[in-house]
Amino acid sequence: MSAKAYALYLKDFRSEIRTRYAVNSLAMFVIVATSVILFSIGNETITQSLTAGLFWVVIFFSAMSGLSRAFVSEEERGTSLTLQLLAAPSTIFSGKLLFNMVLVFCMNIVITILYSALFDGFAVRNLTLFIVSFFFGNAGLAIASTIIAAIISKAGAKGTLYPVLSFPILLPLILTSVQLTLMSFEGASFSDAKFELSIIICYDVIMLTASYLLFDFVWKD
Amino acid sequence: MAWKIFLFVLLAFVCIAGIAFPIVPVPTKWYEFPFIPGLKENAKIIFFHVPTAWLSVVAFLMSTIYSFKYLKNKNLDDDAKSYAAAQLGIIFCILATVTGAVWAKFAWGSFWSWDPRQTSIFALLLIYGAWFALRSSIESEEKRATLSAVYAIIAFLTVPFFVFIMPRIMKGLHPGSADDTNSGPVIDFKMNANMELIFFLSLIGFTILYFWMWNIGYKSIIYRDRINKKYRG
Repeated sequence: MSAKAYALYLKDFRSEIRTRYAVNSLAMFVIVATSVILFSIGNETITQSLTAGLFWVVIFFSAMSGLSRAFVSEEERGTSLTLQLLAAPSTIFSGKLLFNMVLVFCMNIVITILYSALFDGFAVRNLTLFIVSFFFGNAGLAIASTIIAAIISKAGAKGTLYPVLSFPILLPLILTSVQLTLMSFEGASFSDAKFELSIIICYDVIMLTASYLLFDFVWKD
Repeated sequence: MAWKIFLFVLLAFVCIAGIAFPIVPVPTKWYEFPFIPGLKENAKIIFFHVPTAWLSVVAFLMSTIYSFKYLKNKNLDDDAKSYAAAQLGIIFCILATVTGAVWAKFAWGSFWSWDPRQTSIFALLLIYGAWFALRSSIESEEKRATLSAVYAIIAFLTVPFFVFIMPRIMKGLHPGSADDTNSGPVIDFKMNANMELIFFLSLIGFTILYFWMWNIGYKSIIYRDRINKKYRG
């Protein structure tokens, strides 16, 4: 199963390398969104809590612009039926999740570098807390957006529905992640952030389990 | 028929009692409510606001339960039940949001202040909105039922985060919040026996009303679908 899932990931990865569709659109989206924020801030100095919020705003909308490709592209190219014949639903979900996970991590590392270069408020004091919360936050983002991408790829309307469906599901994750990012700016210790970290880990586990259980129903026509 | 008359009398009594019974510092007569510090006359909203909020969550729960049933049995009647529950749920959700916001204007000074309860009712409204948007975007009946059932279940999994966890990490103004000192946990300590009685009567009355409306709602959806199928081939 894992070998097949990895093969599916490699297939997506290669087709991404050839077309560079998702990477290009994601990179441009990140640049556009960040520059809009920079223009609107102008010469004002913004607080750290606002910086943490804006950081997750860009992450959310970039994820919404790129992550639906995983399943929508299969429907567009008409290859989803072939995939159904070749592998079990859970294998397909694993492969797609792996691809989205890699995409989210690359995208968010770029966003973090951009933010730490461009925003004065983006000064991480507790780096390990930031990295741990960044890891679990991104994992949750990838899991929830992959299952929603599967749903909208089977539904008719593709582009506009994705952020609408994802936002309520991602809201607990985003609110907690903003809190955690702010805490890492303020230099809070792990014991201060224990509660928030456990929320985010719970969210990841719940969403991962539910996605694997429910993906069968979405995938089979 | 008898229970419909009973329901009418119950709700009429709750409405009259909830609005007309006076709030006094030291209740002596059976129809007097106690004075709750920090809430004052505003406390009376509990008879109408809490049942709507409760029903918007109950409707969501029922919608999820019937989504489960649909995925298990693939019976389109379950989808109709889930849809009817959500239709009522969004009405009660809007009512709870609006009554809560109007109350907040007088109790807290502004219509909206991102209190954890307000955040969670807003998230519930968003979920209902997204759910209806998803449903309206799919033509095929079976596909619509399956995908909306999956979405309802995933969305329901976020409810514990809003109900149990958000109020703990965000500071709250709502009566019953964790750090509420002057008017908190209203139900446990500050209401007297007759206020509690009318509150629970109101809760029961509105719940019966909801189930009645839901019954009519899902039957009409099922009949409409049958008639459509019969005459369109």
